[in-house]
Amino acid sequence: MERNWFDEEWKGFKPGRWSSTSVNLRDFIQKNFTPYDGDESFLAGPTEATTKLWEQVTELSRQEREAGGVLDMDTKIVSTITSHAAGYLDKDLEKIVGFQTDKPFKRSLQPFGGLRMAQAACKQYGYEVDPEIVKIFTEYRKTHNQGVFDAYTPEMKLARHAAILTGLPDAYGRGRIIGDYRRVALYGVDYLIMDKKDQLDNSLVRMTSKNIRLREELAEQIRALGELKKLGEIYGCDISRPAKNAQEAIQWLYFGYLAAVKEQNGAAMSLGRTSTFIDIYIQRDIANGVLTEEQAQELVDHFIMKLRLVKFARTPEYNSLFSGDPTWVTESIGGVSIDGVPMVTKTSFRYLNTLNNLGPAPEPNMTVLWSVKLPANFKKFCARMSIRTSAIQYENDDLMRVTHGDDYAVACCVSSMVVGKEMQFFGARANLAKCLLYAINGGVDERLGVQVGPKYRPVDGEYLDFDDVMEKYDDMMEWLAGLYVNTLNVIHFMHDKYSYERLQMALHDRDVKRYFATGIAGLSVVADSLSAIKYAKVKPVRKDIEIKDKAGNVIDVARNVVVDYIVEGDFPKYGNNDDRVDKLAVDIVKRFMNKIRKHHTYRDGVPTMSILTITSNVVYGKKTGSTPDGRKIGVPLAPGANPMHGRDTHGAASSLSSVAKLPFRHAQDGISNTFSIIPGALGKDDEMFVGDIDIASIAEDLNNGN
Amino acid sequence: MTGRIHSVESFSAVDGPGTRFVVFFQGCPMRCLYCHNPDTWRPDGGRKVTAEDILSEYDAVKEFMHNGGITCTGGEPCLQIGFLTELFEKAKSKGINTCLDTSGITFKPNDTAAFDRLIKSTDLVMLDIKHIDPEKHKKITGHDNKGILAFAEYLSDNGIPVWIRHVVVPDLTDDEESLYKLGHFLARIKTLKALDVLPYHTLGRHKYEELGMEYPLGDTPQMSKEGALRARDIIMRGLKDELRERLKK
Repeated sequence: MERNWFDEEWKGFKPGRWSSTSVNLRDFIQKNFTPYDGDESFLAGPTEATTKLWEQVTELSRQEREAGGVLDMDTKIVSTITSHAAGYLDKDLEKIVGFQTDKPFKRSLQPFGGLRMAQAACKQYGYEVDPEIVKIFTEYRKTHNQGVFDAYTPEMKLARHAAILTGLPDAYGRGRIIGDYRRVALYGVDYLIMDKKDQLDNSLVRMTSKNIRLREELAEQIRALGELKKLGEIYGCDISRPAKNAQEAIQWLYFGYLAAVKEQNGAAMSLGRTSTFIDIYIQRDIANGVLTEEQAQELVDHFIMKLRLVKFARTPEYNSLFSGDPTWVTESIGGVSIDGVPMVTKTSFRYLNTLNNLGPAPEPNMTVLWSVKLPANFKKFCARMSIRTSAIQYENDDLMRVTHGDDYAVACCVSSMVVGKEMQFFGARANLAKCLLYAINGGVDERLGVQVGPKYRPVDGEYLDFDDVMEKYDDMMEWLAGLYVNTLNVIHFMHDKYSYERLQMALHDRDVKRYFATGIAGLSVVADSLSAIKYAKVKPVRKDIEIKDKAGNVIDVARNVVVDYIVEGDFPKYGNNDDRVDKLAVDIVKRFMNKIRKHHTYRDGVPTMSILTITSNVVYGKKTGSTPDGRKIGVPLAPGANPMHGRDTHGAASSLSSVAKLPFRHAQDGISNTFSIIPGALGKDDEMFVGDIDIASIAEDLNNGN
Repeated sequence: MTGRIHSVESFSAVDGPGTRFVVFFQGCPMRCLYCHNPDTWRPDGGRKVTAEDILSEYDAVKEFMHNGGITCTGGEPCLQIGFLTELFEKAKSKGINTCLDTSGITFKPNDTAAFDRLIKSTDLVMLDIKHIDPEKHKKITGHDNKGILAFAEYLSDNGIPVWIRHVVVPDLTDDEESLYKLGHFLARIKTLKALDVLPYHTLGRHKYEELGMEYPLGDTPQMSKEGALRARDIIMRGLKDELRERLKK
């Protein structure tokens, strides 16, 4: 084998392809990680510094709430990797440093995705973007948002306005890309720059559009890495070389992530899969006697604290769509390697232990990659922490490992991708419940009265006929899938052009697999509606709708639009493990995905689909008229692949079984199910329940004088 | 044979060992003041099902059942002992663990034929003893507890594992003397495996409103965890003292 590139920093690590052949994080981790199947008794509480810093954060959070949601905002400085001087909570106490701006809780200005969004966010909180910046981003520099609207067709704008296509990343950063931030720690920035230069030297020189774009992007990536190095210098760290201990490893890795959030205000800025990687460094330091458990936990606590303080300037509409101000700093923990070894390490515990030391929080979004093969002690710890904090997300590793191997991570809430090798184009979602209403009304929007979809023949007759509705629905989905994919093609073309994720892509291989993510909303409403039409009798209620212009004047009247439904009789409902309706849900998923697959996708993206609205279902419901399942206009859709609220009447296992029937291969971008259960229903209170009574042995004990 | 059930719960972690599929039987002769399922009282309500129906529903979710099985509760399952026995026998033939959650109210010490057959396919009985004192028992449930205590001894004699459940209601079932006496009695059950002390809660109250009934316990507060722990300790003390007495003899 060839010589190791860095002997000093890598001392004690087992060499491999990662150390002498190529950038290969998976190889490094597999050769060096130490599985842990013990319990949580080794964990340490917060240090004094941690408690002090966290008190400071709590106080700042309080001030932020009192100030109406934002404490401070940049209005003059456009955020770049190197735009700000160093910022601290308390320099002497912080083991891990770095903020997005020059002080904590100050939100940065990120106009590249869309100037209007940045302006609206400022305005909402009583700030105003500097006129000079407005001028620059209006007259000289185009944004992603402008690019998209230049190319949109009238049909696309109308579908967006009517919200049959919804949440599209056309006015904000698309996010969902996970840079392999671990590379910064393992190799140092200089080596990564060298590697990227090598990639550029070896890229095709026949100047097709594709090759020109690749060359330009690689050059941008190299530039971004140079800036990343400068970011380190701003905080007094030389990250050109690899990290040589645990503190540096976490710090280097965090600089990578920090650079990404300074450059992109993405809808989900996820972290990746870092705990087992970091564990290798902590393990080495502890073995060398230079780090104690308390110190190790302190490093992790301070790192997680920083991740909790990632903040973006966002508009109220954005916040209402996502029910809050999520950053989706998702960290994937655990999972099993492809040769069957659980990848749970002590640092997997340490990460979750931050929920004890700092208290529960939704961010970073700690996601346990769950497998039946995870060590029992870790499973128990997760269960206890879930009961205590309700702050852990679970994902099925046994399912995803088959597709992605053992070095993938989850972006946002369910989107899986191999770290540094795969990325995705985030595509928001199409509202399939609304599409069903369009099928019934021949493309006329049931709320606006406007012709949005193609003018197909609407349903007629006193009752809805299943075969008739299904045929029309199929046609309408065909239209929607085409429009949807093409709308996304415009969005991603423009995002790459005007708001390219140069730093995040610099922490990827050159030739990445791109997933072209789409999504659907309203699955359970559709399934139940079709079930109602099939197994009960559904009578449409027709009405004339006045069409108004922006000023509110009536400009036209849409005649005989179906606006409500009377359901006579009962019908099987999705969420009760009843195949009669569950098969309808499965069929819709497969059908729509296959329609998506028929279309050309930007940059040869591999089409995928998610069923995952965790929060936006409320907003989508507001924009969806009454549906044939008896749901009334404005009532929220169920989140993700959930059954409609209250309709799953057979308990958890039946509800979960219905969801589990949905085919992952047709919804590879993830299927989410939001599930609440009162802790008391998960098991008996150990103290009140006296199990394992054995009268004979109690008697024997008593006999022996106890 | 068909039976009447109120509903099923496909996943429970609190109705016997492991995770279980729970069948709520329709109909109950008891009128416990703190009953949280008054909608299961009427014997003519619910839906009609066969044992096969239930077992196929169980099959559809069996992946979720770890170290568990089927629990029949209600209502009072033993009101439909024929159907119950058929269900348990068919479950056992498929290797499914069976658990009966009962008040024991239908048991008659002088006519045990139906129970003799039932317990052959019953892995565990969870017996709810509402009160050890016959009079107070009558006040709470409308019946005395003679048959119920006899049932406990019958299970003991026949080697059937028993969990005892006891709901602790403030001012109704939490006096020290009765709890202690209950412990005494439990020492006689050789097959006793667990004691499940359940603090009274008011989660069933809304059902009374929905059924247009008055809530019998009015404003009785929920039992605190501390109160339940105290009850547990008293019962266990009674049990141990009684065992000690017996050892002396």
